[in-house]
Amino acid sequence: MTILKIEGLRVYFNARGRIVKANNGVDLEIRENEILGLIGETGCGKSILGRAIMRLLSETAGIKGKIVYRGENLLDLSEDRMRQIRGKEIAMMLQNPSTSLNPVLTVGEQITEVYRYHNGVTREEAKKKASNMLELVGIDSKRMREYPHQFSGGMKQRVMIAIGLALNPRILIADEPTTGLDFSMKKQILDLMSELIRSRDMSMLLITHDLEVAKRMCDRIAVMYAGELFEIAPAEKILSEPKHPYTQDLLDSLPRKGLKPIPGASPSLTSPPGGCRFHPRCRYKNDECSEKHPDVIRLKDSHVRCFLYKRGCPTITSNQ
Amino acid sequence: MNETWIALKELGENRMAAIGAIIIIFLVFVAFFAPFFAPHDPLEQNLEKRLLASNGEYPFGTDELGRCIFSRVLYGTRISLEIGVIVVGITALVGTILGGVSGYCGGIVDEIIMRAVDVVLAFPSIILALVIAGLLGPGLFNVILALAVTHWPAYTRLVRAMTLSVKEKEFVEAVRALRASSFYIMRRHILPNCINPVIVLATLGIAHTIIFAAALSFLGLGIQPPTPEWGAMLKAGIPYLRSAPFLTFFPGIMIMITVLAFNFLGDGLRDTLDPRAKEMLMTK
Repeated sequence: MTILKIEGLRVYFNARGRIVKANNGVDLEIRENEILGLIGETGCGKSILGRAIMRLLSETAGIKGKIVYRGENLLDLSEDRMRQIRGKEIAMMLQNPSTSLNPVLTVGEQITEVYRYHNGVTREEAKKKASNMLELVGIDSKRMREYPHQFSGGMKQRVMIAIGLALNPRILIADEPTTGLDFSMKKQILDLMSELIRSRDMSMLLITHDLEVAKRMCDRIAVMYAGELFEIAPAEKILSEPKHPYTQDLLDSLPRKGLKPIPGASPSLTSPPGGCRFHPRCRYKNDECSEKHPDVIRLKDSHVRCFLYKRGCPTITSNQ
Repeated sequence: MNETWIALKELGENRMAAIGAIIIIFLVFVAFFAPFFAPHDPLEQNLEKRLLASNGEYPFGTDELGRCIFSRVLYGTRISLEIGVIVVGITALVGTILGGVSGYCGGIVDEIIMRAVDVVLAFPSIILALVIAGLLGPGLFNVILALAVTHWPAYTRLVRAMTLSVKEKEFVEAVRALRASSFYIMRRHILPNCINPVIVLATLGIAHTIIFAAALSFLGLGIQPPTPEWGAMLKAGIPYLRSAPFLTFFPGIMIMITVLAFNFLGDGLRDTLDPRAKEMLMTK
């Protein structure tokens, strides 16, 4: 069952007369009880997609398309209605745990106010719920009274998880939840998140540039490049049989596969290359790739945006 | 609570700030209990005993109308502190709100508020205050009004600048992603992050206001005789500067002590509350 459906989403910014196409025709659905990974290089528009769902983009952003949540197009909702959805239906965790907490309020106050704001519960109840939530993410509730600077990075991220999950949202959008955490902490946080998400029958959109993280957590993975989705497939499929040449190159760039960098640089979003956006860096390009823009092609259990599959003879191999 | 305690302790370790704080506490105490300390009614005239130097009955001597200078100085503390606190209270509140709105909303609202600030700042504040006090006539209320009208822009500018930087912080977006309305975000998340410099500015502002009020009274547009006010007492003492200098000496020294105390405290608070200023001092 689909819980959130994004159709033809275009997000663009007008930066001093130049149009930045941050998302260019994104079609994506988040299903119930699934963790969907959104991976891509820095600057490919992944975070913009997350923010577009929450309607947190600045007013200068132009947004076209549809984001349908339970029959409502979020892009058409009034700000008041949207506020009711934020946090309660769809919650978002931002990239950086160290700057995502207000330094002058205690951690307890910051969790408590989530309940106060949405549910109209009494101060005592809210406090109690907040301390339960804190225990749930593995922090002693005695630390409610402490300020964010008294917490380590991993602890702050736990607090962010507590805040994000406080109201039992249906969907959690986590934008790079493990930035700035060391390896063992990363694992702990990810395990905690997936455990909480699975046990509460929630869905999650996990935005990351880290394939290992995506592999560990996700049911399905969507690969984004220069504002477009290149491939959507079940996680194990994408890792074992990557369809798109870009996905293939991404996998080859993993440390354990030999750390091969993808030649060239990611394209600018102001003037992306014509035709397929990946063609200047692609090993399989031909004339068609630089002239025409490929459409998404539906395969057995994946979607891929590449001409190779139109011709019906996928001959994609690792370049090892 | 813990945090406040640490801040207070750190403040106490700053010797100048501690001296300032002690003097201020003492002044507030004096102002509050002036009737108990004053040996005479500050308004009581005794022309037979005019212009006496300090003696057992009149610790600071008497003025040109035979009033007890000591009693008048004590009661003067009340008025000066009252003006200082009320004016700073009003200006800091109004200035902070306007600055917060200006910085947070931006656009046309910001433009209007900041142009109003520019207009007020375009006049030298003493001239503007003189015009207002002159138009409305002298008196305590009008002095407060004149001072308030001329002094809010400093807070507005400060808080606007702070708001502009705080509202771009990630936690503001995090809060918006979870719940809150704009008003809530501003009240609960942005303003508390701007408040430290406002406290510093307000403390220094009290000193400034007290001098300013004394100046207005000195020029005859502030508190009117016979009310015991330091500035007005200075003015009254001028003709006797050579023959009876204590008429001007005691109110003058009180103004100085009070202003110094607030300045010491303000500087100390700045060092304690603003770690960046401290770092800047250390690296110098």
